[in-house]
Amino acid sequence: MADPVLFAADNAHESASGVTEARPARYALMAVAFVFLGIFLVLPLVLVFIQASSKGLDFFLSTLAEPDTVSAIRLTLLVAVIAVPLNLVFGVCMAWAIAKFEFKGKAFLTTLVDLPFSVSPVISGLVYVLLFGAQSLLGPWLKAHGITILFAVPGIVLATVFVTFPFVARELIPLMQEQGTKDEEAAISLGANGWQTFWYVTLPNIKWGLLYGVLLCNARAMGEFGAVSVVSGHIRGQTNTMPLHVEILYNDYNAAGAFAVASLLAGLALVTLALKTVLEMRYGAEIAATRGH
Amino acid sequence: MEVRVANVRKEFDTFAALHDVSLDIRSGELIALLGPSGSGKTTLLRLIAGLEQPTVGKIFFGEDDASERTIRERNVGFVFQHYALFRHMTVADNVGFGLKVRPGATRPPASEIRRRASELLDLVQLSGLEKRYPAQLSGGQRQRVALARAMAIEPKVLLLDEPFGALDAQVRRELRRWLREIHDATGHTTVFVTHDQEEALELADRVVVMSQGKIEQVGTADEVYDTPNSPFVYGFIGESSSLPVKVEDDQLWIADRSIGLSAQGAPSGKATLFFRPHDVELLDGCSGCIAGTVAASRRVAGTRRVELEIGGHRQRVEIELPVDHPAAQKSRLAFRPRRWKVFPDTAG
Repeated sequence: MADPVLFAADNAHESASGVTEARPARYALMAVAFVFLGIFLVLPLVLVFIQASSKGLDFFLSTLAEPDTVSAIRLTLLVAVIAVPLNLVFGVCMAWAIAKFEFKGKAFLTTLVDLPFSVSPVISGLVYVLLFGAQSLLGPWLKAHGITILFAVPGIVLATVFVTFPFVARELIPLMQEQGTKDEEAAISLGANGWQTFWYVTLPNIKWGLLYGVLLCNARAMGEFGAVSVVSGHIRGQTNTMPLHVEILYNDYNAAGAFAVASLLAGLALVTLALKTVLEMRYGAEIAATRGH
Repeated sequence: MEVRVANVRKEFDTFAALHDVSLDIRSGELIALLGPSGSGKTTLLRLIAGLEQPTVGKIFFGEDDASERTIRERNVGFVFQHYALFRHMTVADNVGFGLKVRPGATRPPASEIRRRASELLDLVQLSGLEKRYPAQLSGGQRQRVALARAMAIEPKVLLLDEPFGALDAQVRRELRRWLREIHDATGHTTVFVTHDQEEALELADRVVVMSQGKIEQVGTADEVYDTPNSPFVYGFIGESSSLPVKVEDDQLWIADRSIGLSAQGAPSGKATLFFRPHDVELLDGCSGCIAGTVAASRRVAGTRRVELEIGGHRQRVEIELPVDHPAAQKSRLAFRPRRWKVFPDTAG
């Protein structure tokens, strides 16, 4: 049954936006959207779970309990635990600088924030190979000092940090720009120092946006394939993250195993989506309150 | 606390917002910075606060050179135009914020902060609203919270940026009277910015009239209204009418007729005569007066505004008459301003 309240809201929206399409046209458009989403998003997702459970629950659990799988899960969590807080700090600093100060090169910096989105992840990975690889300028020095970056955890973390950098910053920049600097000025004029201003005034103002950015950042950090694939070296049980492990299992003709691990990632995506929706509802109200203020 | 602004110049990039401004603010004074937008009044206020640094010049708090100090060290209470209340904090937390962020040694205990906050809320007549959030208050109430918050830090100077700018007319008038009372009760040196001359004239001990980054005149409400010292002030404060005239032999002339006003001390040449439309005397005969044809006549509340066309130059000027004045029926009127001022034209 259609919710009558939803219906009423729909009608109000219609008259406000002046939608004039006839009813059949509207239904047709909606049908196209739903069919498209169904075929390209829902169906594959369902198939992942069906495949994952095709050999029964025991197989599913034993795949997840395999040492290589456990190691991949552990590595993925480790990378996320390092990369997400780093990007949280970077993102807040970046957004703060761009939104609250005027300086030369600001437009350039704003463009740079988007760079990881506009570059193919494989290139991002290759950049680190060029930077830290054996043939690179830094390579011999690193080797002499016994520092391994490539084909080890540091390289994976670096690549992940690079790829997931924009999420927090991009979420915060428009929000902080809209809020302006008046609250901070008020706090400073009342005697607060920089840290108190950030902690008591800025952070509460951006907390929902920040959480939202962190959530997206985390989803990407755990799911990143391209960049990580280039720098990881694919050493089973050592430098394989979950997405890489899925690929390896699949290439071993272990489809059920691959989908079992994949279903974990898909589950993460679903949880992210659910949290995101909740946040949007919450965060949307916050934004509305800000505007009304 | 006396505040002295000494030869301050402020540039933003290449644009000069203030040119060589000097101003003495007396201790305990309530002073208004009045001017149209872009006159530099808010910039001056922010410079006093320390929210901006002067390009050239100094600002003194008493004998102390405040330009050396940051806004935190200046201890000023700043009330922002749109209040800038912390929306995630209750009214009481907003008011207590300045005390809560003090360094450990000087920070009062939480119970003392609460007590101070409700004391101040009493003062601004908001007792009982401690637990509300800013979004749950009306504009006027938010303004009062902002003021209470600024006063909580026992500031040396209270600075208000367009304090009533965002409120509707009736609330404005009410808060105006209330701010005066608070000022008289607490004795803070207070500077407020406004573009509303009525607000400035009614509220302030002295008014600083600003235009294009300069101070035009500083004086009491009576002084700036009765003896404006520049064409800008004459035009900006209160109603005024102006006429192009010529100064010759210490007399004022319109075309070739003397208008019976002597301009002692004014340099010969082109000039502009300013007077208040309501401050004129009507004359019967006309030898030495300003005469004109009635071009339009409008009733505005308690008075009648008559627009006269003067001489052959199609120059229009407005005067005010009582509604039932018989002269309003005539097609030609002669008058002479009772109080007036003539300023030589600078350009040409």
